[in-house]
Amino acid sequence: MVIINIDGQDYQAREGQNILQACLSLGLNLPYFCWHPAMGSIGACRQCAVVQFQNAEDERGRIVMACMTPVTDGARFSLGGDKASTFRRNIVESLMLNHPHDCPVCAEGGECHLQDMTVMVGHRDRRYRGRKNTHRNQYLGPLIHHEMNRCITCYRCTRYYRDYAGGHDLAAMAAHDHIYFGRHTDGVLENEFAGNLVEVCPTGVFTDKTLVQHYTRKWDLQSAPSVCVGCAVGCNTMPGERYGKLKRIHNRFNAEVNGYFLCDRGRFGAGFVNSPQRLDYAAARNADGSYDAIQPDAALKLAAELLQPDNKLAGIGSPRASLESNFLLQQLVGAGNCSPGFSALDHALIPYTLQLLQQSPARIASLQDIESADAVLVLGEDVTNTAPRIALALRQAVRSRAFELAAELKLEPWQDAAVRNLAQNQRSPLDSYLSAESKLDDIARHCIRCNPEQIADHANAIVSALNGGTADSDSASDIARSLLAARRPLIVSGSGAQSAAVLEAAAAIVNALHRVNPATMISLSVPECNSLGAALLSSDVSPSIAALAERAVKGDIDTLVILENDLTRRCSPQTLALLYDNISNIIALDALDTATVSEAALVLPCATFADSEGTLVSSEGRAQRYFPVISTTLDRQPGWYWLLQLGRAARRDDFAELLHFDAVSAACAAHYGQLAAISAAAPLHDFVSHGLKVPRQPHRYSGRTAMRANVSVQEPRQTQDGESPLAYSMEGLNRDQGGLLPFVWSPGWNSNQAVHKFQSEAGGPLRGGSAGVRLLDETTDSSGSPAAKPGLPETGQWLLVPRYRIFGSDELSVRSEVIAELAGEPLLELNAADAASLGLGQDDALCIEGAAAIAVRINDSLPGGCIGFSAGYEATRSLVAGSRVAVSKAVDWASSRSQIISSDGGSRHV
Amino acid sequence: METPLTRNIAPGKPPTDMGAYEQNGGYQGLRRAMAELSPGDCLQLVQDSNLRGRGGAGFPTGMKWSFVPMEKATPGHKYLICNADEMEPGTFKDRLLMERDPHQLIEGMILAAYTIQADIAYVFIRAEYHTAAARLRQAIADCYAKGYLGENILGSGYRLDMLVHSSAGRYICGEETALISALEGKRANPRAKPPFPQVSGLWGRPTIVNNVETLCNITHIIERGADWFKSLGVGEDAGTKLFGVSGRVKNPGCWELPMGTPIRDIIEGCAGGMEDGYQLRGFLPGGGSTDFLVAQHLDLAMDYNVIGKAGSRMGTGTMIILDDRTCPVGMVKNLMDFFARESCGFCTPCRDGLPWTSQILDDIENGRGCSEDLASLENNIGFIGAMGNTHCALAPGAMEPLQSALKYFREDFERHLSADRCPYGEAN
Repeated sequence: MVIINIDGQDYQAREGQNILQACLSLGLNLPYFCWHPAMGSIGACRQCAVVQFQNAEDERGRIVMACMTPVTDGARFSLGGDKASTFRRNIVESLMLNHPHDCPVCAEGGECHLQDMTVMVGHRDRRYRGRKNTHRNQYLGPLIHHEMNRCITCYRCTRYYRDYAGGHDLAAMAAHDHIYFGRHTDGVLENEFAGNLVEVCPTGVFTDKTLVQHYTRKWDLQSAPSVCVGCAVGCNTMPGERYGKLKRIHNRFNAEVNGYFLCDRGRFGAGFVNSPQRLDYAAARNADGSYDAIQPDAALKLAAELLQPDNKLAGIGSPRASLESNFLLQQLVGAGNCSPGFSALDHALIPYTLQLLQQSPARIASLQDIESADAVLVLGEDVTNTAPRIALALRQAVRSRAFELAAELKLEPWQDAAVRNLAQNQRSPLDSYLSAESKLDDIARHCIRCNPEQIADHANAIVSALNGGTADSDSASDIARSLLAARRPLIVSGSGAQSAAVLEAAAAIVNALHRVNPATMISLSVPECNSLGAALLSSDVSPSIAALAERAVKGDIDTLVILENDLTRRCSPQTLALLYDNISNIIALDALDTATVSEAALVLPCATFADSEGTLVSSEGRAQRYFPVISTTLDRQPGWYWLLQLGRAARRDDFAELLHFDAVSAACAAHYGQLAAISAAAPLHDFVSHGLKVPRQPHRYSGRTAMRANVSVQEPRQTQDGESPLAYSMEGLNRDQGGLLPFVWSPGWNSNQAVHKFQSEAGGPLRGGSAGVRLLDETTDSSGSPAAKPGLPETGQWLLVPRYRIFGSDELSVRSEVIAELAGEPLLELNAADAASLGLGQDDALCIEGAAAIAVRINDSLPGGCIGFSAGYEATRSLVAGSRVAVSKAVDWASSRSQIISSDGGSRHV
Repeated sequence: METPLTRNIAPGKPPTDMGAYEQNGGYQGLRRAMAELSPGDCLQLVQDSNLRGRGGAGFPTGMKWSFVPMEKATPGHKYLICNADEMEPGTFKDRLLMERDPHQLIEGMILAAYTIQADIAYVFIRAEYHTAAARLRQAIADCYAKGYLGENILGSGYRLDMLVHSSAGRYICGEETALISALEGKRANPRAKPPFPQVSGLWGRPTIVNNVETLCNITHIIERGADWFKSLGVGEDAGTKLFGVSGRVKNPGCWELPMGTPIRDIIEGCAGGMEDGYQLRGFLPGGGSTDFLVAQHLDLAMDYNVIGKAGSRMGTGTMIILDDRTCPVGMVKNLMDFFARESCGFCTPCRDGLPWTSQILDDIENGRGCSEDLASLENNIGFIGAMGNTHCALAPGAMEPLQSALKYFREDFERHLSADRCPYGEAN
C-alpha cells in the first residue's frame, strides 16, 4: 500500500491500481463512463478527470485521467477542486449535446449511468443551440433493442463485444460526432454473450427487448439472489419481478464465478417462468383420461392412498431439481428405489465425471481460475454451447501471454488498449480436440477434429509425451510442451462428447501434469444445473430409469414419483412404455406441462427457480443457494415442499421433524458427507442484518399500496417468507452480505455500476464473501472405473456425435419464447465427401434407421464417417451418441417441405 | 546559400529519377554508411546534428531514435514509417519533396532504418498524393534493382524492405499513433502514450515514425556530417527548412531557406508581399493548427523556440496569411469545421466539443450570436485546448487559431455580435 493525497487528505491505496479504482475503492464518487472493471481503461470519455500536482509546491496542477494514471506513492490530486469539477461538468455537457431528453420513455431510465453521472457532476443548463444528431436504429434480433440516438460514444459496447467476447458483427463505424455502433446491416447479433451489452452500455442504446415488452423500472423490481439453471456453470443472477411475473435476469457479481457477465441463454432463457404452460393447480386424472384440477388437500389425500405403506415405491429424481428436492424424494422412496433421473448414457457418465473430480489431485477450476490459465487444452467439450460462460472465460485465459508481455514493459493489466496493441494476436496456447468446428477456433492454436474415440487416442499420446515419452504426432508433442511450460495449465473436458474414454483421458492428462506442476487445473462440464448434485446424491444402488422399467415389468413398482423430469428427454419410447404400461400410480411433480406429466395419475404443480429456494451444485463443485424472487402463487409449491407433504401424507416419521427448508437442507448435509457444507452455502432463514431480514425491494419501490387497489383498498399484510433470510419488503439493509445480494443500489448510483459499492475494492470480491461453498476441494480416493457402459447399437457405419446449441439443446430455456425463436431447426451434419457418397446436397434430408427425415447441413469440419445431430431436439431424441447407425437419403424431402411452406402460406390467407 | 533538400528540384525541371539522382551525388551517403558506419555511428551523427522533426512538433530526431531498443536479444521486426500523410491545412512541402525527388526520401529512409535496425519500412502517404505514390513506387523498384533495398544492401548484410501504403484518408492519420492504427487496418484512433511507438508501435513492435522532410535531411547529414548541417541554420536551429506561404500574397509558394530565416524575408521576400489592395492582418506560421501571429512578429526568426515564445508554433513552417478583407471569424470557423469533421471521435472534448465550438462560431458569423457566446468560446478553449485534456493533440491544435484570434481580433467577434451580421459581407 502507498499513500496518495486527494484534496489535502492522505489515503492508503493499493499499488497497481489506477487513481479511478483507488478513488472508487475509497468510497469517493468519481464519475466515469468508458472504464469498466473487467475491461480496463482506454481514456476515451475523459469523464474521470482529476487534477494532478507535480509536487508539494505546485498549486495549478494539470488535468489527468484518473483511469489512466497509476497510483504512485506521495502523488497529490484534486478531485473536488474547481478545475477538475468544471472539466468533468464540461464533459457531461458535451455528451448531452446530442443525447435525447427521452428519459421518461427510455428503458434505461432509473438505472442509467448517464443520469447518475449527470447529476453527480451537477450539469443542468445546456448552452448548445444546434441541432442534435440522429441515427437510424437497427434490428439486432429478438433479445436486444437498439436506440443509437442515446449513444454517448464511450466505446464500451465494441470493446466488450469485439475485444472481450470475441464477436465480429458489432463495430464502431463512421467518425467524428457521427460514430455509429451497430452491425453492418440489420440482423441478429451473432455473439452468445451479446446480452451483456444491456449492462455494459452506460445509457439506453442497448436495452433488454424482453424486458421492454413488459416493462418495469428497476426501482419497481423486486429482486433476489439466484443461480442460473441454464447449464451447470452456476452463474449468479438477480432475477427481477413485478406483478407476479419474472421481468428480467441481471448479472449478480461473483468474483469467483461469473464476474460481471452472463451468457444469453442465462439472461434470456428464464421466460419459461411466465409460460402459459406452467402448471397452476394440482390435478388428478379422471375416468376418461383427462385431468381435473383439485384442491391441494384433496391432492394430498389422493397421494396418501398412492403412497400407503404396503405399496412398492420408486422415484425418479432430476438433475434440474434442487439437492433438497432430490434428497427428499430419495428419503421418501428409499435410495435403492430412486433413480437420479439421468439418461442411459449419463447414468454412467455423470457419476464417473463426479468421481474423476473427486479423485483429481488438481484444483477444480472456478471461472476466475479459468481466466488465469496460461495454457488450455479442450478435449471433446464444445463449451460455447454446453457451458457458455466457460467459453467467455477461456477467451480471457488466452490473454495471459499479453499480460506477460505487458509486465515486461511495466504496463499495468488495466491499460487495455496498450496491452492489446502490444500483444496483437499473440496468445497463450489453447488447443482443442473436438468433433467439429467451435466458436473458440479463432483463438485456438491447434484445432484438431476427430471423433470421440480418436480424441481419447490423441489424449493418450499427450500423456505419454508428458511422461517423457515421444508422441506420435507433432501436435501432441507441441501441446505437451506448452502444458509443461505453463504456470497454470488447464484441462477442459466434460460429458458433452458422451464418452467415458474422453473423460478418462482428460483425467489422465491432468494426473500426469499435476505430478510436474501442482498448479494444474481441471474443469469438467456436465449438462444441467444440478447434474453434479444429483450424482452426489446417487450411489451404486441408484437404479437407472431403464432398471426401474425392468422392475416395473416384474411388478415390483406400485407407485412411481417423478420429480421435475421430462422422461421423454431421458430414454427411449420403448423404455417409457414399459414404465407407463406397468405402473398405474404415477405422481408427477413439475413446473411445466410435459409429456411425462401427461402420464401421471396425480400432478403436483411445482415452483421454478424463481419462486422457490434450493441448493444446486455447479460443475465446479460449488454448492449455491437460490432464493425466490416471486412468492408462490396459485397452488404452486417448491418441489421440496410437496415432497415434505407427501412424506407427511404417507405418515413417515422421518418427515415429521422437517418443518423448514433449512431443516431439509441440514438433513441432506447430515446424510451425505460430501454435502456437509451445503448449509453454509448461504445464510439460514433466521438470519437478520441490523435486526431485519434483507429486503427484496429497493426503497423507492412504488405502488405498494396501490397495486391491488382494484381488489381492495386495504393494504394487505406483506407476504411473509419463513424459509429464507430475505423479505418481500423495502425495509431492511441490503449491505455487505456477499452472496445475499438481491439488487445493487447506492445513493447516487442507481445503475448496475453501483456494484463497486458492495465490493471490497473496485472490481474486487463482494464484501461478505463470494456466494457458495466448494464441496470437492479435498481429494478422495473413491474406487475407480466408469460405471458399466451401456451397450450402444451398431447397426450401421455412421457414428453419431452430438452437436449442442446454446439456444435449443437445453430443456428449460427453449421453453422461453425468444429462445425458441432462436433455436432453429434440428439438423444432421456431415462433411461434403460423406454427403456426396450418400448423394446428399444442402437441401436434402436423411432418415436414420428408417425414422422421420431430418434436414441435412453440410459441415466440412466434421471428420469422415461421423454424423452430427442437434442434441436436445425432439426430432433427435431417439439418436444415441456414440452409436453407429444406418442411414438413407429421405425421398421427396424438398417437395414435401415446399408443400408445408405453401400450405402454411395458404392458411394465412384463408 | 546551400539548399540540399531541393538541389534536384527546380521549376520546370522533370522529377529526378535514379540516373539523375545518382549523377548528382545520390546514394553516396548510403554507400558511406554501409561501408563505414555502424548504426551507433549514424545515431551519433543525427544526434549531433540537432535535427528536429519537421512534421510540426519539432522533437529532436536523434533523441526519438535513441529510445528504440537495440538489444540483439529481442527478436522480431522493427519498423520505420515515413509519415507522408500531409494534411495540415496550408501545407504542401512534403508533396514537393516526394513528387520531385523521391530518391532523396528513400535514401534517408534506408539510412534511418539502418540506424534503428528496422527491417521493414513503410511510406504512409496521403491518398490524394497519387502522383507522389506512383513515383515512390517506381523509385523503390529501381532501388531493389540496384541493391539499395532488399537482402544484403550493398553487401553490408543489412536487409530492408520498403512499401508504400496509401492512406484511406483522414487528417488524424498524420498523428503518428493513429497512423500506426490505420496501418494495422484498424480505426485511425490515436493511442495513449506510454507506451511510445519506439517501444510498442506497429504490431506491438518498436517503430519510428518520421516526417518526409525530416527523413530527407538524414540523407545529407549522413553524407556531409553534423557540423555542416548545423552550419546551415542562421538562428538557433540546425539545417534548412521548406517554408511556404499561401493566401493573398503576390507569389505564393514553397522555398528552402535556412532555419532561423526571419518571417519578413519569407513573406515579403520570397512571397513578394501582399497583393495590391490587401494589408496583412495576421498569419498562421505553421499550418492550420497553429496560433495566429501578427505584423509585430514579422521580424522573428523561424526557429522552434522563437516562435514558441511568441505564443505560436513553428508547425510545418507553411504560413497561411490573413488579409484585412477576409473575416477572421469566418476563417477560424472554416478551420474549426475542418478539425471537427476530422476528429476521430474517440474522446469527448474533441468529438463533441469541436462541433459545439463550430456551432457557436457559425452563429456568430451568421449574425445569430449572443453575448454569452464569447464566454462559451473561452470556456471551450480552456476545456478542449489544454494538452492532456484530450486523448491526442488534434483538438488542442484546433483551438489554437481560435484562442489567438480572440486575442488579436476580438473586436471582429464583438462587431459580429453587435451588428448581428458579418461586417465583411456575404462573401465571407
